[in-house]
Amino acid sequence: MATVSLTIDNVKVEVEQGSTILEAAKQIGVNIPTLCYMKDINAIGACRICVVEVQGARALQAACVSPVAEGMVVKTNSAAVRASRKMTLELIQSNHPQECNTCQRNTNCELQALSEAMALGDIRFVRPAQSHSKDDIDNSSPSIVRDPRKCILCRRCVAVCEKVQGVKCISTMNRGFETVVAPPFNQSLNDVNCAMCGQCSLVCPTGAIVEVDDTGKVWRALDDANKHVVVQTAPAVRVAIAEEFGMEPGTLAQASWWQPSPPRL
Amino acid sequence: MINSNKATVTVGLASCGIAAGAQKVYDAFKESLEGLSVQLDFSGCMGMCYKEPLVEVKVEGQQFIYGKVQPEQVKRIVEEHLQAKKPITEWLVAAEQLETPDKTFLNRQQRILLKNCGVINPETIESYFSVDGYKAIKKALKDMSPEQVIEEIKLSGLRGRGGGGFPTATKWALTRRSPGKDKYVICNADEGDPGAFMDRSVLESNPHSVLEGMLLAGYAMGANNGYIYIRAEYPLAVKRLKLALAEARSKGLLGANILDSSFSFDIQIREGAGAFVCGEETALIMSIEGKRGMPRIRPPFPSEAGLWGKPTSINNVETFANVPWIILNGANSFNQYGTETSKGTKVFALAGNIARGGLIEVPMGITINEIVYDIGGGLASGKKLKAVQTGGPSGGCIPASLSDTPVDYESLRKIGAIMGSGGMLIMDESTCMVDMAKFFLNFTQEESCGKCTFCRIGTKRMLEILERITQGEGQREILNSWRN
Repeated sequence: MATVSLTIDNVKVEVEQGSTILEAAKQIGVNIPTLCYMKDINAIGACRICVVEVQGARALQAACVSPVAEGMVVKTNSAAVRASRKMTLELIQSNHPQECNTCQRNTNCELQALSEAMALGDIRFVRPAQSHSKDDIDNSSPSIVRDPRKCILCRRCVAVCEKVQGVKCISTMNRGFETVVAPPFNQSLNDVNCAMCGQCSLVCPTGAIVEVDDTGKVWRALDDANKHVVVQTAPAVRVAIAEEFGMEPGTLAQASWWQPSPPRL
Repeated sequence: MINSNKATVTVGLASCGIAAGAQKVYDAFKESLEGLSVQLDFSGCMGMCYKEPLVEVKVEGQQFIYGKVQPEQVKRIVEEHLQAKKPITEWLVAAEQLETPDKTFLNRQQRILLKNCGVINPETIESYFSVDGYKAIKKALKDMSPEQVIEEIKLSGLRGRGGGGFPTATKWALTRRSPGKDKYVICNADEGDPGAFMDRSVLESNPHSVLEGMLLAGYAMGANNGYIYIRAEYPLAVKRLKLALAEARSKGLLGANILDSSFSFDIQIREGAGAFVCGEETALIMSIEGKRGMPRIRPPFPSEAGLWGKPTSINNVETFANVPWIILNGANSFNQYGTETSKGTKVFALAGNIARGGLIEVPMGITINEIVYDIGGGLASGKKLKAVQTGGPSGGCIPASLSDTPVDYESLRKIGAIMGSGGMLIMDESTCMVDMAKFFLNFTQEESCGKCTFCRIGTKRMLEILERITQGEGQREILNSWRN
């Protein structure tokens, strides 16, 4: 495989031809922040958080989609880069509900973490119009809630739904500021062929797509003296639990006393 | 076909004329000329949009142009000019022996590709044949290899007239070099800048010149299929293109084995729903493919992977319209006009606060002053020039202090403006530049595709700031905070 050598933040690096600047930087341990990027699934250069300065280029380049070139000189943390990233974040936050404290994704949110890391501070816009309101929340599905107010239009959910799960029940609708990720013709998630796999909520960097929280229902059942409560998990949950305990993805978690019954032929 | 011995009356029936009432004038002539030995015909846009409806009268080989003709004036023109052979001088805007201010409008121009606009009938192929139509493709198929066609375009120095200014020959050569049997030629007729109407006028006035340019491009690149992506808001241009395609097919100028050569080429029309962003080449390709019109990241460039993933060259209407002329007259006839790096001519839609607004074609390198004052006759309001807006919403406003700037790709870029596709809006000193910026931001905001953050949200926020300023709510502290 042919290689290309370039300089990133004064460090010389040799990478495979066809790599992106983002991949090349990763190779030498330089972290370029991203929001919309997902390796192999979503490289569309939409959020513009990953911009870097390429010597001789007309404008800042999105590292996630810019291929490396021989002799390229890249700066990933110059003043211009930081200013641009901060502006982009400020713009995103100006159209995002400032209710992190009560958000299901609080302390587990990429937008929040990035805003903190970049010391975003004040949103300077005066009474910025919001593209969506609470009326737009779709809680029709028994398992997934969509809140377009919190959506930053990274399209990771769209990509995973179409390319990985092969379901394709959500896509972008409308244009410009009014753009929204939704099922066709803005139907409810419950009225389309959503398989409720939850992959969209898994890849969402914010709280725009989250699981339905049924904790209250469980408490009510436990508090009901007339109810005998039994806990049963879905089979697939074992995979999630295993992953949570650091096992190889796909491993089935099981109690040490439990023996799987031999397969019936 | 126009019979040169017979007196003729030609009414300009492009959108600009029809909007001013030219169809009624045409109908009035039809009625008044009943039984007379006068031929009535129509053409496209003559360029003098400010004098529409325009009527050309040819008597004994002499040409007279009447402007702002109303249906009730028709009877007198017929009786006095066509029958009594006495031109009505006070209604004339141009005639061979007559010096009028409108003549400078025409004389200061260099009309190459507009030469036959407003002259020929855009709805008959014979009319195009009469002005050497389809002779360039005949010449190319007979005497030139595809490489020679590209070489000739390269020598001419022709650069993309859609605004980018990319060398046309380079684009063609890259597409030719890309591996694969199926290749595509796309004509970008998705003209969307506010105030721009160059492409519409050319397509309404001389559609075959664009088809011939596409044929030459197809031959040069080894492509067999072409698409014209045109906005649906241009119904007359679409109608005339459809007529032109049908006639060209019936004459064997489109389809299999054109003019008995081994070259086959056909063209389809795709009507766009009017999204501004679909004028961008990758969004345009998405739209033809039936997808949401949004730009995608380049590389790969369309010359490698374009329409349906095949090598594709996308050129603008005006670029294509230049091509037959270059092939027929030679690269050197073309590159004698213009500057060192910007060759040939450029068509502009001169609009806004201007005395003589219309469709003009000027040699590259002419100054903005010359366009505004010599051709345009100065400002309509008689007030001082404040700025000239070029390049559409993403272009720039050139202040009057820079109006001696030559119009070429590099000079305009140097002062922070762009050539753009050819919209040119003139503003006088009473124009509020904040209002102006607000108008264009409103446009870009409405037309954002919604993909990238700073266009989707950024244009909205900038618009809000300008709205507050124009509503008297601007605060100096906020301006300062943006500076820091």
